[in-house]
Amino acid sequence: MSWTPDLPIVSLKDVHKSFGDFEVLKGVSLDVMKGEVICIIGPSGSGKSTLIRCINALNDIQRGSITVEGQEVSDPKLDKLALRKKVGMVFQQYNLFPHKTALENVMMAPLKVLKEDPRTVEDRARSLIKKVRLEGKEDNYPGELSGGQQQRVAIARSLAMRPDVMLFDEVTAALDPETVKEVLVTIKDLAAEGMTCILVTHEMGFAREVADHIYFTDRGVIVEHGPPASFFDEAKDPRTKEFLSQIL
Amino acid sequence: MIGFEEFFRELAAEHARWNFIWLYDEKQAGRILSGLWMTIQLSIACVILSVIIGVVGAWAQGAHNRVLRALVQGYIQFFRNTPPLVQLLFFYFALGQFTPSYSPDGWLEVPIISNVGWAIISLSFFAGAFNVEIFRAGIEAVPDSTVEAAESLGMTRTQTYREVVFPLALRVSIPSLNNNLVNLVKTTTQAYAIAVPELLYESVSVWNDFPSAQNPTMLLLFVTYILLVGILVMGMNRWERKMRIPGYGQ
Repeated sequence: MSWTPDLPIVSLKDVHKSFGDFEVLKGVSLDVMKGEVICIIGPSGSGKSTLIRCINALNDIQRGSITVEGQEVSDPKLDKLALRKKVGMVFQQYNLFPHKTALENVMMAPLKVLKEDPRTVEDRARSLIKKVRLEGKEDNYPGELSGGQQQRVAIARSLAMRPDVMLFDEVTAALDPETVKEVLVTIKDLAAEGMTCILVTHEMGFAREVADHIYFTDRGVIVEHGPPASFFDEAKDPRTKEFLSQIL
Repeated sequence: MIGFEEFFRELAAEHARWNFIWLYDEKQAGRILSGLWMTIQLSIACVILSVIIGVVGAWAQGAHNRVLRALVQGYIQFFRNTPPLVQLLFFYFALGQFTPSYSPDGWLEVPIISNVGWAIISLSFFAGAFNVEIFRAGIEAVPDSTVEAAESLGMTRTQTYREVVFPLALRVSIPSLNNNLVNLVKTTTQAYAIAVPELLYESVSVWNDFPSAQNPTMLLLFVTYILLVGILVMGMNRWERKMRIPGYGQ
């Protein structure tokens, strides 16, 4: 089956995932269209991070199906490289390569994985660093950058692979309140450019502002979902209401 | 004013136990120097080989293949838990019997692996076993999340190891590696037992021929090893400084 842009770019159907006896995801289904920004919110331990880690095969699933551009992620014959070229991921703890400068971090994957021409890669890396507003920090090591700056390098590093979908796993959770904003602005720019984004986040204001669709997960299932306006103001499920009342 | 050599000749004549014979007798000086050269060669060869064994072994320890992992584990247990001197004797006398030999002139039978060869092999495997463990500890110190980041960028296991895991693990490993290599350089003296003409072997030969030279020669041994190990440690420290990453691990 070939994928066309009118089909969901990412599609989850009845996804089940267990760690040992503990079932983290108990039948999750969701569709993301190209260019959409979706936010997954919910209490900790509800399986949000596991959910997005399954999308780029960092976690495997026991049952159900996940497709990215029509390609089945749980297929044992899956070409993980092909999948990861399409799906970029940004982590809570940035996970930069500490022995490489900001520029080298951004250049590494295109050079080693895509085997692109070093000059082209460097030009692109420099413009990405500019795009995340870190001009002048190219030659700094991650240890010399603040959390927010590191996270923006991590975003640039993912973008350097020119993915079709970006996954953000609680990317502001480890940051100081002052630096949260600079990272969110970067993500907002991306969303505005039409990048498909799937975010796990605790930033409700941000979710409300940028998301096309909000999913609320609790204990491994999607309890409720909808566009931000109706989701935040007219939540129906008591669990959603309780969660929102604690947060907002 | 007496000359340098004359001074030590007179010292030997006056004090029977302090004959610095290799300072005025060219033949004895030659023996000491050739021993020193052999020790240096032995050390360099073993340091390089044992580090290679350590890197390859640590890589194999993380392999998916269970047989390969068991082999590495067996190797480490054997070489770490038995005395290096026994290993040397075993390699030379036991394994040496089974290695082929050749005859350069139709009369002599020369084994393909000489005693020097066996010393290098045996000592490298001995120190290599420790190096595997040292590098493994370094690899374990690299956070899984950093490896995951490399994976999620589409890097293969080999690329991740070469570009991310190994460079970081190496930095963590240098201090322990330093210790082990210092030990290795000192352990090369045990090659004496299989008649490798290194510094200890030549020194003992000198004082067997000239018992009056025993004290000065022992002194020379201590001073030489302090210098050799000092040079190694200096080099390792310089390397460690060069590998330091700004803002990392401080």
